[in-house]
Amino acid sequence: MKEFMKYPIDGKYGKYGGRFMPETLMSAVLDLEKSYLKLKNDQEFKKELDYYLSEYAGRPTPLYFAKNLSKKVGGAKIYLKREDLLHGGAHKINNTLGQALMAKKMRKNRVIAETGAGQHGVATAMACAVLGLKAEIYMGKEDIERQKLNVFRMNLLGAKVHLVESGSRTLKDAINEALRDWVANVKTTYYLIGSVVGPHPYPMIVRDFQSVIGKEIKSQIIEKENRLPDALIACVGGGSNAMGTFYPFLDDHNVKLYGVEAGGHGIESGAHAASLCAGDEGILHGMLTYLLQDEHGQISTTHSISAGLDYPGVGPEH
Amino acid sequence: MSIKETFKRLKDRGEGALIGYIMGGDPRPDLTPKIAEALIEGGADVLELGIPFSDPVADGPTIQAANLRALKSGTTPTRVLEITNQIKGCHNIPVVILTYYNIIFRIGLENFFDKAKKSKVDGIIVPDLPVEEAQDYKFIANKHGIDTIFLASPSTSIVRLKKIIECTSGFLYIVSLFGVTGARKTLRRSTIRLIERIIPYIKGETPLAVGFGISQPYQVRSIIEAGADGAIVGSAFVEIIQKNEYNEDNMLNSIRNYANELKKATILEGE
Repeated sequence: MKEFMKYPIDGKYGKYGGRFMPETLMSAVLDLEKSYLKLKNDQEFKKELDYYLSEYAGRPTPLYFAKNLSKKVGGAKIYLKREDLLHGGAHKINNTLGQALMAKKMRKNRVIAETGAGQHGVATAMACAVLGLKAEIYMGKEDIERQKLNVFRMNLLGAKVHLVESGSRTLKDAINEALRDWVANVKTTYYLIGSVVGPHPYPMIVRDFQSVIGKEIKSQIIEKENRLPDALIACVGGGSNAMGTFYPFLDDHNVKLYGVEAGGHGIESGAHAASLCAGDEGILHGMLTYLLQDEHGQISTTHSISAGLDYPGVGPEH
Repeated sequence: MSIKETFKRLKDRGEGALIGYIMGGDPRPDLTPKIAEALIEGGADVLELGIPFSDPVADGPTIQAANLRALKSGTTPTRVLEITNQIKGCHNIPVVILTYYNIIFRIGLENFFDKAKKSKVDGIIVPDLPVEEAQDYKFIANKHGIDTIFLASPSTSIVRLKKIIECTSGFLYIVSLFGVTGARKTLRRSTIRLIERIIPYIKGETPLAVGFGISQPYQVRSIIEAGADGAIVGSAFVEIIQKNEYNEDNMLNSIRNYANELKKATILEGE
């Protein structure tokens, strides 16, 4: 695991990751990396982000001992990291506050984002609202229909929601449309990616902003149990909450890490979103990673009852 | 004829190159050779043939729809290469393949270039492969004697431009504007400035062709006058195909006529 802790040169985690982007976006991606490396160590930036994370988002979140579940399942003491108690109801705001603050520092007043279930869209709208930025969210038609409430919340927060009707009309197509918007408006627009996916430096940036989850878990579990956990379990769509949970534990070799992918109707059925379990190496959305695709390299449509896990790829650091 | 020879011959005659793009297998694989023939008869000097991909992020709605039509009609990468071979058997013009990197990656670099070579492909364009990620790709393409055409855009810095020119063979593809592919009615002054900015760096060695948004004869004339060696027109042809999906004769006639109009615009002398 040690080698993964190092800075990903050219955005590579082993051979995964990278920057497979249209030329028009290359300078934006390179600029973003420069800005991030500068801001990452900027005390003022850290202070401001910490302020919003605690006062606006509601950090730290509790690490709750689920005594009934532990009893029922048996075998282990189960703790739940309550990211659902954050403003907006998801861990997504850890990342959107960080990146929206970056957008502000980079003087890009228009923020675009993709969303699947709508949680990242809501979190982007929230971060942009508090920081006075203009938010535009791309969302697949399929997802808009099954997640109407989140569309309502985004609108309420002042964000504009663009309906995406291309391709499979879900998260992957929302990312395609956001990228097309970014190509056209790259000078004025910040693309706020919601998971540990996309071209370098996004997987690194999102991981760093989300690792607040794992850091809190570490200090909270030591306080409660005076030891590290035996295992960490997180669900993996793109993989941002998993990466944020796991990352601070990568050097703790006794802590087992379990990522759970969406099984849909079962791996054999083909209707699922389990890129790591059933995918192959490929290139999509700027990164080399595991993808659900056919023998010719066409990206498959995914299936999950959870709109948030419906993505045919996974973060390259996974 | 190779890409290099084609550009040289045209230059000697005082002409720019008309590079016509169509999607392989749009609307059906068996129609592609006929459409290509109409384009060439109309005056296209280089044929750019797309291999469809499910997620074409650099393309606007017109070419996205072409990708979908081609996939729906069962077009595979191998089929497009076979079509290329067929076209090369009848016409002595360069054929350039455009596709996204996952298509090539999936077949495997060695395997893809082997097949491409056997199909007499002259050059490859991959819009989502920047020079930073292209080391192996470039090496294997060179080994097979296939030109690697890279893109430069309005946001490309001088430092990157130099790297891109180093990696490019055949011609340099200039993206005329900030945005995706698709016909635009106007030509921005910034496109002309971009051409003028890039010309000193190619030192007359690598031909320059301009694409994205180029669909009208006057746009073609303007960019050739500004010093570009070629104009790349895609969405305008794809629109004709789309409109005449079920009327083959109309489709082929319109493609031939429009290519002819655009070709005339590349000829600066003797007007």
